[in-house]
Amino acid sequence: MNYIIPVAVFAILGSISGILLTVVSKIFAVKTDDRIEKINESLPQANCGACGFAGCEDYANAIVKDNAQTNLCRLGGADVVKKVSEIMGTEAEVQEAVVSVMHCNGNCNVTSKKFDFHGVNSCAGASRFYGGNGLCSYGCIGLGDCIKVCEGDCISIKNGIADVDESKCIACGKCVKVCPHGLFSLRPVSKFVDVRCSSEDNGKTTRSICQNGCIACKMCEKKCPHDAIHIVGFHAVTDYSKCTNCGECYKVCPAGTITMHGKNKKESDG
Amino acid sequence: MSSIISIMISAVLTDNYVLSQFKGICPFLGVSKKLSSSLGMGMAVIFVMTCASIVTYPVYALILAPNNLEYLRTVAFILIIALFVQLVEIIMKKVLPPLYKALGVYLPLITTNCAVLGVTLANIDSGYTFIESVINAFFVGVGFTLALILFTGVRSKLEDCDIPETFKGVPATLISASIVSLSFMAFSGL
Repeated sequence: MNYIIPVAVFAILGSISGILLTVVSKIFAVKTDDRIEKINESLPQANCGACGFAGCEDYANAIVKDNAQTNLCRLGGADVVKKVSEIMGTEAEVQEAVVSVMHCNGNCNVTSKKFDFHGVNSCAGASRFYGGNGLCSYGCIGLGDCIKVCEGDCISIKNGIADVDESKCIACGKCVKVCPHGLFSLRPVSKFVDVRCSSEDNGKTTRSICQNGCIACKMCEKKCPHDAIHIVGFHAVTDYSKCTNCGECYKVCPAGTITMHGKNKKESDG
Repeated sequence: MSSIISIMISAVLTDNYVLSQFKGICPFLGVSKKLSSSLGMGMAVIFVMTCASIVTYPVYALILAPNNLEYLRTVAFILIIALFVQLVEIIMKKVLPPLYKALGVYLPLITTNCAVLGVTLANIDSGYTFIESVINAFFVGVGFTLALILFTGVRSKLEDCDIPETFKGVPATLISASIVSLSFMAFSGL
């Protein structure tokens, strides 16, 4: 009997509350657009944030309520864009898939350290001291802030610098945001000729500290048949929308800054 | 009548739940950025406190106490508080969607707001009658709202200040909260 009374009291209290809540929730039910749920189901649910919204559900909301574009989910690719567009009854251009590329090739073979760094084990921390402990204050510090944020586990440190495994990259764009030197960018997956230097030192300085650094000689700019590569701030920058992968810049680059499929001339020759 | 007036003054000023007893700090810091959301939060808390007191008092006096189940009052009270928080949430979602969005996670968190449970337990412990309990709960809610609104003002002034980099954000907020609570110590002799 000692047990029955409390159990009964709570059973009655609980059921009264339950019934009351059910009734009220029926009366005050909010009509939600069932398209939101359908779109949310067709999204990959990785909540990577690459679309610019706070997760898949937020993006689904934005598509229905704020007319957000239906082709922003990079991870899902063409399939998801098609599904979402079907639900919304619109046509959407499928964006070309992009991957992350790191614009520095200053590995341990070609450049060296300015000082030993014993501070907080992060690039953001190291970059506060004279732009990092590398000789080049624009290059990859190699402490792996990008690895920590990477949603696809595709970045690793190889030979002192970050290396992106393109096959695993889901283009969440978090490395682009986190790198203190801004070395990452997203480029179309079909292009494979990259400038792997972001140094804003002049040619002479770069030459003296990194064998792979861009010396801003402008050979690539002159040779490019498509006007796709230009020297901006003492290093070459590719306009991927014009680039055709012809590789003229790669052939002519005297410093080995430009890479094809991630390798420069020196590395390709062995 | 004099006891009711003293309950009112003590609930709002001398024993202000947030600034003198440090209960319900979570929403106090969480939703005090904008006046509209702090007002909304205050109203929600007043509603939940008053309703919860109206229900918990008879539940305690008529069901728990006669059956020697006083030890179960915390569980029973939390159940009732959760019920009212859910009611507020459902109703607010329909009637005031912008406020519902602005309050975000702090609205369901009223359930675990110690100020609400605190006021229902204090009603019993202080030996208030039913009328006194309800009045006490209502004015504790008013005191909570007052603290929230005062602090919203302080925080909006804080926005314009040139705060050292280290103290920006939460540290500056906590320090100013402690200074605001100092000012309420002046009521302690009332």
